[in-house]
Amino acid sequence: MSDFTVATQAIGSRRQGNVKRIALRWLLYVLLCLFALYYLLPLFVMITTSLKSLEEIRTGSLVALPREITFDAWSTAWSSACTGIQCEGLRPFFWNSILIAVPAVVISTVLGALNGYVIAQWRFRGANMIFSLMLFGSFIPFQVVILPMARVLGMMGLAGTIPGLIFVHVVYGIGFTTLFFRNYYVTIPHELVKAAKVDGAGFFRIFWSIFLPLSLPIIVVTVIWQFTQIWNDFLFGISFSQAGTQPVTVALNNIVNSTTGVKAYNVDMAAAIIAALPTLLVYVVAGKYFIRGLTAGSVKG
Amino acid sequence: MKGASIMSEWLERHIPKLVLAPSFAAILLFVYGFIAWTGWVSLTRSRLLPKYDIVGFIQYDRLFQSPRWDTALNNLYVFGGLFIVISMALGLLLAILLDQKIRTEGVLRTIYLYPMAMSLIVTGTAWKWILNPGLGVEHIIRGWGFESFRFDWLVNPKFAIYTVVIAGVWQASGFVMALFLAGLRSVDEEIIKAAQVDGIPTARIYSAIIIPSMAPIFLSAFIVLMHLAIKSFDLVIALTGGGPGYATDLPATYMYALAFSRGDIGQAASSAMVMMAVVFAIVVPYLYSELRTRNE
Amino acid sequence: MTPILDVKNLYKNYGSVEVLKDINVSIDPGDFLVLVGPSGCGKSTLLNCIAGLEPITGGAISIDGRDMTDVSPKDRDIAMVFQSYALYPTMSVAKNITFGMKVRGVDAQTQKTKLADVAQQLQIEPLLNRRPGQLSGGQRQRVAMGRALVRDPKLFLFDEPLSNLDAKLRVEMRTEIKRLHHDLGASMVYVTHDQIEAMTLASKIVVMKGGVIQQMGTPSQIYNRPENLFVADFMGSPAMNLIPAKAVKNGKGMRIEIERPEGGPLILNDAANPDLPENVILGLRPEDIAEAGFRAGKQVQTAHCLVEIVEPAGADTYVMSDLGGKKVTARFHAETKAEPGATLEFAFDLGKVSYFAPNTGQRLN
Repeated sequence: MSDFTVATQAIGSRRQGNVKRIALRWLLYVLLCLFALYYLLPLFVMITTSLKSLEEIRTGSLVALPREITFDAWSTAWSSACTGIQCEGLRPFFWNSILIAVPAVVISTVLGALNGYVIAQWRFRGANMIFSLMLFGSFIPFQVVILPMARVLGMMGLAGTIPGLIFVHVVYGIGFTTLFFRNYYVTIPHELVKAAKVDGAGFFRIFWSIFLPLSLPIIVVTVIWQFTQIWNDFLFGISFSQAGTQPVTVALNNIVNSTTGVKAYNVDMAAAIIAALPTLLVYVVAGKYFIRGLTAGSVKG
Repeated sequence: MKGASIMSEWLERHIPKLVLAPSFAAILLFVYGFIAWTGWVSLTRSRLLPKYDIVGFIQYDRLFQSPRWDTALNNLYVFGGLFIVISMALGLLLAILLDQKIRTEGVLRTIYLYPMAMSLIVTGTAWKWILNPGLGVEHIIRGWGFESFRFDWLVNPKFAIYTVVIAGVWQASGFVMALFLAGLRSVDEEIIKAAQVDGIPTARIYSAIIIPSMAPIFLSAFIVLMHLAIKSFDLVIALTGGGPGYATDLPATYMYALAFSRGDIGQAASSAMVMMAVVFAIVVPYLYSELRTRNE
Repeated sequence: MTPILDVKNLYKNYGSVEVLKDINVSIDPGDFLVLVGPSGCGKSTLLNCIAGLEPITGGAISIDGRDMTDVSPKDRDIAMVFQSYALYPTMSVAKNITFGMKVRGVDAQTQKTKLADVAQQLQIEPLLNRRPGQLSGGQRQRVAMGRALVRDPKLFLFDEPLSNLDAKLRVEMRTEIKRLHHDLGASMVYVTHDQIEAMTLASKIVVMKGGVIQQMGTPSQIYNRPENLFVADFMGSPAMNLIPAKAVKNGKGMRIEIERPEGGPLILNDAANPDLPENVILGLRPEDIAEAGFRAGKQVQTAHCLVEIVEPAGADTYVMSDLGGKKVTARFHAETKAEPGATLEFAFDLGKVSYFAPNTGQRLN
């Protein structure tokens, strides 16, 4: 009899423990979902606002779904919103950003790969010093270089041009691209280069036949990192561009802050989404590599 | 023939250096040369055009007497301090919550981290709309019946800097979460198992074993956030434009305004050098120790 | 006969650190030279210098009579097998083996024939289309050997090729390398820290320490007549017993006294080595100390010793006793009745003895 009570008590307390555990679990999920809402809210508001008419924005609530979906704001943002005196929407600037980002990403990645290969696998005296100097160069606040850079671009005849911006992004991007490739190649045993040397292969042959085929993951990480950095750049864009060559971030800021006419929040939001779309897309498609780049770019060495 | 083979031998031996040389030269010139140039100009009377006669620290005197720079520095302390502390706390909390074998971890992680993929200009634009007193959060809450509710930080010179904190934390905390999560996962599982066998409660395992072993990650997160805070420029421009007045100026926006709108190169250079010095003081020891441990 | 490899007065510095000091080594065609020593002794650096993968600071290296000092690795007519195998990870086994020929512009038909030959020789035909990542350690090892064999070089270089394998495979591959050396009659230089590998493979051994050659000779010379204490201690397992002793002139020969904890010094009489200084270190390998009655010979002497530890090892039993302040190991037969605490008669074979000077460590006899 007493045995029986003890047993039921045990079961009871175990059940109690289970109930507590399940309750905690639920609490955990509720918390996590609340946080998810916090992170999603701005995106949600941006999207819904961009699909509303101005009339509805003025009368309705910020977080309400649009009663009537309209894409007018999107087409305005894309092709006719005013960025100062010009009223051609984001489209030309979106292309500017592509024309800047694509070559800059390609050039800085190629240079980073070669530099990283040299530093990690062909170590010579002073290579570590060079690496430290390059690494530190990617940490400076760029404010400290924009004044002389503006003058040098002027002297080279590149002031306010897209090649000028490509140049700037390459120069200040190679620190990071070198870091990425160096840290990747440094994990590859040096014996591989030795074996290939004995096999008769030279510097470029070894890079091309042995290291490059190994590098796909780090190329993806680097390309994504560079693309995100360059696409999202604002400081260089606003400092070194002129009316026709501004990147999309500068144009977005101009649309939002243009004082002419009625404040068209829906157009602002549509423009913001358009400007964010390429990098968001990259993030959604290749998030794993994006995160790897972020962590590699911060946990250094 | 002999000459050619000597030439090719020489090339073969020096090709790694030759490959590295252009990048290194570029960094030397465009990073270190330019820092030197800015440093030089910060010691002159340069205004609209740079002058090269060194006159001493007058630009720095002017800088530290300028009330606007004073505001910018104060804002950097407030913004930097809150931004770093809140992002770290939130990031750590999210990482620990996500570390509880959550089934939907992948999706949640994606959601927490996506702001990091967006331009700060976009972030600023979005929050500017959400926080605007006319139609934003204030409007909603008044709509719920709290007629006297006020939330006008964006246009209130006293509180505007906190809106920058809100947007900054939203953008960066997911990234801190990712760093911490990676750190939690890298803790030796056998230690955790040993602690579980010893009957130590989960909260205690975190506070006494796991978190202390992540000290290097705290340092990395701190350095990255500090660095972001000092360089913050886009976010302020997009969110408040440095206003109202210059209530939300940061050193970065101050420098830009002086350089490009006010045409005061001397002041811009000296403020840039101060920023540089701060970053230098934080990043150099960090990079130095990281590189040294790596090389050993 | 021209030596296939001749290293003369070689020096190698890293900055101000001297890693190789005045190295002189020469081997004939068909020799199997093993460089052996503890880690950090410079043996791998020496191999890399021979390969041309490390520039040298001073001296000269010639291969088959040709000065190679400033010649790049690809022109030295060598092949090398590495510790990590260093297989090209993105290439198939076949491509790994033919890469060198491809780089050198060898025509496809020759490549194919040579590949087939080597694959057959090493029995790796079924693996040719696989990637290195899909192979076991032993298979990778074979592929690495294949990559070297296909070159048919003047000189093969091996850098600790077996140290990443487990014990059983290591013994198998050791035999395999020995067989290849025999079949090919090739000249080889082989680096290892494993003295058993050195003994079994070499026709000539170089023992190194601190960037200096300690002794060079045939395996039997190195084993039986070590030049100094380091070589005596390093080669052989269990290690040679090195016992501090006193030598006293005794008629035509010497009387050797060894201190022990109780029962007065142990006395041995050595008639063959009359000119020893007073303090010596006496070296005897465990197999040269046996249970009395199980070892015969002109110079075998017996003495009573206290047994302290008995370690049966299957084929033999190792028996330890405290002599001259050292744990001295003797190799007894498996059926010995030795027990800890008992006093037994040990047989010392002074025909095999080595004497060293305690201060310099150099061999005396």
